[in-house]
Amino acid sequence: MDATVRVQTAPFDVSEELAALIAGRTDIGGIGCFVGTVRDHAGGRPIRAMSLEHYPAMTERAMRQIAEQARARWSLLGCALIHRVGELRPGEAIVLVLAASAHRQAALDATSFLIDWLKTGAPFWKKEVFLDGESAWVAARADDEQAAARWLGP
Amino acid sequence: MARLRILYFAWLRERVGASEEEVEVPDGVATVADLTGWLSARGPRHAAAFAATRAIRCAVNQAFAGPQAPIAAGDEVAFFPPVTGG
Repeated sequence: MDATVRVQTAPFDVSEELAALIAGRTDIGGIGCFVGTVRDHAGGRPIRAMSLEHYPAMTERAMRQIAEQARARWSLLGCALIHRVGELRPGEAIVLVLAASAHRQAALDATSFLIDWLKTGAPFWKKEVFLDGESAWVAARADDEQAAARWLGP
Repeated sequence: MARLRILYFAWLRERVGASEEEVEVPDGVATVADLTGWLSARGPRHAAAFAATRAIRCAVNQAFAGPQAPIAAGDEVAFFPPVTGG
């Protein structure tokens, strides 16, 4: 399975990434797609920007491991994990997950698995910058841990 | 004595006041837990950074590692809060 894994500051183009995943193949029956975007508020406070940092030497390796786990669970024909870093504005896309399979259920389930694990298993950290100039690191959410953990159950 | 490269991310970086440092740790420092104890004693900024022990995660040589993970000379050890990507 081909896995596209990228960390970048520049925006990504969803249709370009879809086209790259499909290019030259006719065995794919469906592609799941998740795009995470920056909300304009956090805890009732308006935000001006979201700043993302990561651990460059580790990030791509962690993302490849996550893709490998998805490949081991589902019959995937390809996937893409693209994560942006740097300062992003509300409405901008942060993360893209694509998962291709011969059948829709595997594609959709793998997409859900990949974003759940990307949130809990890849070294990225978000900081919210509020309209008044204050900023705060986003705390890890217990329900994100639970969302990732549900894939471990029977 | 073992030479280690220590990296800090997110609020740990801000509290320590550095994104990385090279340290020489004494022979008794053999695990991640030993290392956090030793680093905490380096000064008030380190002590403040490592005070919230339960909110700190670690990676040894770019792989997630628990408090009992062994460390050895030449290792790259990173400390950070629980990840919040996606």
